[in-house]
Amino acid sequence: MDTIRTEYLEERFKELQSAQTGSALQNWRSEGFKNFSKLGLPTLKNEEWKYTGISRLFTKDYTIPSKKDNVIDRETVDKAAIPGASGMEHLVFVNGKFNKDLSSFQSNDGFEICSLEEAFNGKYHEDAEAYFNKSSLFIKDGIHALNSSFMNESVFIKIRKNYHATKPFYFDHIFDTTSNHLLASPRILVVIEENANVQMIGSYYTHGSMDSFSNEVMEIVVKENARLEYYKIQNDTPNGSHTGTTHIRQVGKSYVHTVNISLNGGMIRNNTDIIMEEQANEAHMYGLYFLKGNTHVDNHTLVDNTKPHCFSNELYKGIIDEHATGVFSGKIYVRPDAQKINAYQSNKNILLSDTGTINTKPQLEIYADDVKCSHGCTVGRLDDEALYYLRARGINKDLAKSMLLKAFAEEIVMQIKIEPLKEYVEVQISDRLQLAD
Amino acid sequence: MADEMQLLEERVNREYEYGFSTDIETDTAPKGLNEDIIRLISRKKHEPEWLLEWRLKAFRHWEKMTMPKWANLQYPEINFQDIIYYAAPKTKKAKPGKLDEVDPELLKTLDKLGISLNEQKRLTGVAVDVVMDSVSVATTFQEQLAEKGIIFCAISEAVQKHPDLLRRYLGTVVPMTDNFFAALNSAVFTDGSFCYIPKGVRCPMELSTYFRINKENSGQFERTLIIAEDGAYVSYLEGCTAPRRDENQLHAAIVEIVAMGHAEVKYSTVQNWYPGDDAGKGGIYNFVTKRGICKGNNSKISWTQVETGSAITWKYPSVILKGDNSIGEFYSVALTTKFQQADTGTKMHHIGKNTRSRIVSKGISAGKSQNSYRGLVKVAKTAENARNFSQCDSLLLGDKCGAHTFPYIESKNNTAVVEHEATTSKIGEDQLFYCEQRGLDAEKAVALIVTGFAKEVMNNLPMEFAVEAQKLLAVSLEGSVG
Repeated sequence: MDTIRTEYLEERFKELQSAQTGSALQNWRSEGFKNFSKLGLPTLKNEEWKYTGISRLFTKDYTIPSKKDNVIDRETVDKAAIPGASGMEHLVFVNGKFNKDLSSFQSNDGFEICSLEEAFNGKYHEDAEAYFNKSSLFIKDGIHALNSSFMNESVFIKIRKNYHATKPFYFDHIFDTTSNHLLASPRILVVIEENANVQMIGSYYTHGSMDSFSNEVMEIVVKENARLEYYKIQNDTPNGSHTGTTHIRQVGKSYVHTVNISLNGGMIRNNTDIIMEEQANEAHMYGLYFLKGNTHVDNHTLVDNTKPHCFSNELYKGIIDEHATGVFSGKIYVRPDAQKINAYQSNKNILLSDTGTINTKPQLEIYADDVKCSHGCTVGRLDDEALYYLRARGINKDLAKSMLLKAFAEEIVMQIKIEPLKEYVEVQISDRLQLAD
Repeated sequence: MADEMQLLEERVNREYEYGFSTDIETDTAPKGLNEDIIRLISRKKHEPEWLLEWRLKAFRHWEKMTMPKWANLQYPEINFQDIIYYAAPKTKKAKPGKLDEVDPELLKTLDKLGISLNEQKRLTGVAVDVVMDSVSVATTFQEQLAEKGIIFCAISEAVQKHPDLLRRYLGTVVPMTDNFFAALNSAVFTDGSFCYIPKGVRCPMELSTYFRINKENSGQFERTLIIAEDGAYVSYLEGCTAPRRDENQLHAAIVEIVAMGHAEVKYSTVQNWYPGDDAGKGGIYNFVTKRGICKGNNSKISWTQVETGSAITWKYPSVILKGDNSIGEFYSVALTTKFQQADTGTKMHHIGKNTRSRIVSKGISAGKSQNSYRGLVKVAKTAENARNFSQCDSLLLGDKCGAHTFPYIESKNNTAVVEHEATTSKIGEDQLFYCEQRGLDAEKAVALIVTGFAKEVMNNLPMEFAVEAQKLLAVSLEGSVG
């Protein structure tokens, strides 16, 4: 058994700090590292990490490059990107750092992209002060603190008032592990102003045979009458592990739609938090984890209703094959006086192999009385009767199974409202099920 | 229907009615917990050496443990050195069949509590073991039961008379190291009931234990062990009350159930410890470990509980479904009012093939209380075709209370089917309107709707208890509407 090592991180932290003297992020990083030293890595004893032994990723030494590196060429970027990327606002992150040279944009007004340091020092000072690192108030663990300790070349994005983006924003994360194990800490802050409408996509790609561990924190602020769609696609290699926090604050009456698709990877943890800070917010959260091999996916969601009249609907579905593990932990939180809340949560799982594991924990925590909240959750196998129906019509067993699984997944896939992305996910699923399109 | 309403009516506007205390001489140990106290308890009970060793081992383990913090409960640190661990009413235990030997003061207390030993003997046909503070004070019907080979006695009596049985099963379902309170109980348990149903015997009457805390500053640590041999059947009832006192008293019990092949055990609880006053002062801290094991094939264990009392309830009656085709059931109504806090639920651990479990939990919160359901359904790799269904509904009465659901589902078998559903809401305005339109006032309407809400669980209670439990629900709800 390899031992867990984190001591060397202090040295890396000092290296990074001294390479970036004068940066506006220095204090934030110091605070992050202080918290990390205090909290350490979450263990299975930590209720929020009960089913995900994240510390076993730390049995190896990671490199944390502090300087800008241009090791990735255009060809790799093209290989990593999802289909249709050329028509999007394509933001490339290499080893967790925003790389402007590799990025390409379709339009030049309606939004502003700059580094977080620039935001703190310049005209977005107020936004940065008001919205940065608020997710740490909700997620108080060593992993989040670790991101704050090593965030570097982080990005601030402002979507201007009334801007209706016609092209999705694509956050394309590439990790170069050709020579070293890599720890990347992408950090993104997005502020969506009033009446704006935007779609976003995130994807992760490990280039190389060594291991990558990307520890992302993305904070999104959605203001009055704005609309956000966020799609997170995980189809990385088995040596690509990931923890990602997507912390969405609905500070004005707004609409949020998220879809999280996990197909391949190492150990993956997704925190999706939606904080409803104003009345009459609406959020829809969908997730699909279709896993095989040794992939471990842990989806952790929170809907925090702080004001009355909010609506949320959540549906996560899992198909677990081979030695994979699927974890779902959802929480609906209704604060005192947040009356007239409608909140629904559902988690459905199919376990295909006798070596896979499903752990699920749908939770309700409710402190107001005039609410309608429900959750449901199932773990099971394919319906024998449905299989029989198909087989009675001359369809062989494997095909019948594939058809049913495809239909099971489709409920989530159809929530993807970007056509090329939807097609891409559908092809991936069909390939997995050996179905012709 | 009319009777039901009248019953409710009668009980409304009543305070906790079991809040009196009995002035009875007690033999108590000094406050505090150390090895000497444990030796003292053991000596007082004339226990054999092995049991003392067992207690001390548990105590040494307990010293290394810390109080669990994961429950959704808030309470001040408990000072375990400020509790009396042994308090025995100074009265001789009546020999079976000779109730006249019981201290008259004690009989009066029991009468007041509605458990008249004499009357019960003639009328209802329920065998009772009464535990007051740290000792069992009376057990009825022992002779009749003995004819069938059934052993029903205080656990301290079993230590003397049936040491082999006790030694074989004690701590096998809830190991002494299981959790903080189980270790504490294993170290200091003072009495409780022991029940053994031999092979193929169907227990002809309900067995019952009644727990009463009387002495101030004392804690109650009882232990119940029920063994049902092949093909045996028993229905077991448990009830509890305590006097009203301003300080919090600790109750940390253990119940162990072993069901062999084709055996069935039904365990029902009506828990009505003193819940504290309107300002949240006083009340019992109820930290209980209850667990049964379906050891043999085709066995069944069923837990039914009505939880209305206690300042804090921390209780998860569970079933280990080890035998093939075994069945576990859990039916619960938890009602919290005032400043009560409850974190309760169950664990169903599927190990055998074709095992089935069913969980129905109804939480009702009113006043400023917090009511949580916490449950685990675990399906091991070996549990082919395991089946679970869980339903947790919460009802909120008033906007200062909370209702929470924390289900855990862990499945490692691809033929198992596990389902869970939960809802949280307040009483529908249309339902209230319907009742009020037909001439019921708000309070009655609420009581009616709550009774209906809890019906599915109440139906699983034995007759004698069902009536009692309904009354209890109504009393506890009093004043929570409007």
